[in-house]
Amino acid sequence: MTERMSMVKALNSGLRLAMERDPQVLVMGEDVGRLGGVFRVTEGLQKDFGEGRVMDTPLAESGIVGTAIGLTFRGFRPVIEIQFDGFVYPAYDQIVSQVAKLHFRSRGHVRMPLVIRIPFGGGIGAVEHHSESPEGQFALTAGLKVVSCADPHDAYWMIQQAIASDDPVVFMEPKRRYWESGDVDTGSAALPLWSSRVVRAGSDATLIAYGPMVKTCLDSAEAAREDGLDLEVIDLRTLSPLDLEPVFESVRRTGHAIVVHEAARTLGLGAEIAARVTEECFYSLESPVHRVTGYDLPYPPSRVEHDFLPGLDRILDAVDHARGLRG
Amino acid sequence: MNPVQLVTPAGDRTTHAEYAFEGDRAAIESLFRDLVMTRRVDVEAFALQRHGELGLWPPVLGQEAAQVGSARAMRDHDFAFPTYRDHGVAWCRGVDPTWLLGIFRGSWLGGWDPAEHQIALPNIIIGAQTLHATGYGMGLVLEGLVGTGDPERDSAVIAYFGDGATSQGDVSEALDWAAVYQAPVVFFCENNQYAISVPVERQTRVPIAQRADGFGLPGVRVDGNDVLACHAVTERALQRARDGQGPTLVEAVTYRMGAHTTSDDPTRYRDAAEVEAWQAKDPIERVRLLLVTEGTPAAFFAEVEAEADALGARLREACRQIPEPELAELFDHVFVESTIENRQQKAEHIAWRDAIEGSVA
Repeated sequence: MTERMSMVKALNSGLRLAMERDPQVLVMGEDVGRLGGVFRVTEGLQKDFGEGRVMDTPLAESGIVGTAIGLTFRGFRPVIEIQFDGFVYPAYDQIVSQVAKLHFRSRGHVRMPLVIRIPFGGGIGAVEHHSESPEGQFALTAGLKVVSCADPHDAYWMIQQAIASDDPVVFMEPKRRYWESGDVDTGSAALPLWSSRVVRAGSDATLIAYGPMVKTCLDSAEAAREDGLDLEVIDLRTLSPLDLEPVFESVRRTGHAIVVHEAARTLGLGAEIAARVTEECFYSLESPVHRVTGYDLPYPPSRVEHDFLPGLDRILDAVDHARGLRG
Repeated sequence: MNPVQLVTPAGDRTTHAEYAFEGDRAAIESLFRDLVMTRRVDVEAFALQRHGELGLWPPVLGQEAAQVGSARAMRDHDFAFPTYRDHGVAWCRGVDPTWLLGIFRGSWLGGWDPAEHQIALPNIIIGAQTLHATGYGMGLVLEGLVGTGDPERDSAVIAYFGDGATSQGDVSEALDWAAVYQAPVVFFCENNQYAISVPVERQTRVPIAQRADGFGLPGVRVDGNDVLACHAVTERALQRARDGQGPTLVEAVTYRMGAHTTSDDPTRYRDAAEVEAWQAKDPIERVRLLLVTEGTPAAFFAEVEAEADALGARLREACRQIPEPELAELFDHVFVESTIENRQQKAEHIAWRDAIEGSVA
């Protein structure tokens, strides 16, 4: 059965189903209760599930993660909302020193089935600390899994799959796509959580993206079609672990790989993907792996964010550049 | 704020308007036994470090009464979140000290099952565990395990931390949070006067227990070298928590007689006179004197001493028998559901290891 809905509605519906399915699932965060979250992702949940299961917490991110850890010791499965990407750093210690390590330190006795939801990325004209892309900092931390949805269908299913995971999942939500609608097949997820997928087939070059940049890459591919170029677009979906077999398969066919993300370039996910593509596809590559990313700057003031963020022109320029090296 | 005291350093009982130790001589003898065993674990571990068997050891010497008194006030189904120095707490929860030796030998990072002994793994990140305890307490409330009046059900949790930790944001968040949610948490601060070299005066302008006022929970100061007082104060705070009356902050005023760890040199930052003054307030000697006064036979002390000797011998042997860790095994413990990276790198490591071993052979 297919329904058309926004990503916010898809996440809300997915959360609701997870809470109905498992009474141990809790929602915690700042303003997630009565207000329904600043983006309304948790709208109506407190009314229907009560203040015990949907908790408006004190304004303390370390506290949100730290207490959620304690709740997992009692068998709960907390779903935490960090209100904005740039607000996650006060909780960084609890995430990387505690959440990521407790299973390991206990040699498997302790399980940390918690989900840390983070609306991330720019493009919405926000003030400072509201447009960042910290996913790489979690993806490089052993003991954390990191995923990002790019459309309402994946949002609906991936949040449910993340909640069902017995490992901790950092769930990156592309906030600039929150209000875009898409078809959600509520009958079937189609894909497991830890898998990437080809969202547009093509033969001339491979665009690799996740979260907010998937749509940008699809738009780029449409624009390139007018120039007679046939671009393949891959949505990574899972950032840690990475599922790169579909990427390798694609790059072996197209000979060109262009990684696109909003996060800064140096030591971003693009660097890891470039390394792996080089390791696996060296003899198929017809050009170096290109990266189209945010610059190595603190996030800029919003009136210039369009120059900072990867857009159609920069992506297509990278494609041209890559293909220009051919032959 | 005068600390609650029930036994003086000379071993004489004193009375307190609010607190009394509810136990007979056998109960005190039982506490004495745990004090002696805790100290013996510490002495043996210290010696093992000096013999090169452990990489490091954080001595508990001087803080035995705070740990044993508070931990023994717990019921089996209560839960503790300890620090890396709470060897006496682990002992009282039934954790084999070999687990602690393995941590400081570099053999594992904790390893025991917290659910088996109702005690989490020791936390080295200062103060982080106070938030875990608070969340744990919130969970008890959600599960209906607080305030039912049924002693078999009602439960509480203790967060252990030191005076230095009170400067950490996490501890302030935890105190605030627990008060707001009325979570059944006892915040047990072992004020041992020093955070490595920095005295408590650099951590706080007011007595630690007084900080509770601002967060809206009761604060109690107790003589941390008086096991009966620590037991009585913690028992009251735990019962209050189990009854659904919320958290309590307990400040146990004690002293770290030894170094911060075996790598530390405390003579660089404190006077011998200060250490001597605290030596006169030893937490074990006063209980021994009290028991002698109250008629405990010499045979009991001999028996405890023999038991401690046996424990020491066992730990010396057990420490050397701890198996060497296998890096290959660790890849299996990163996640419940291992990743392709975990599996590939495990295989890579094993292939490398086997090739190296083959070339050596």
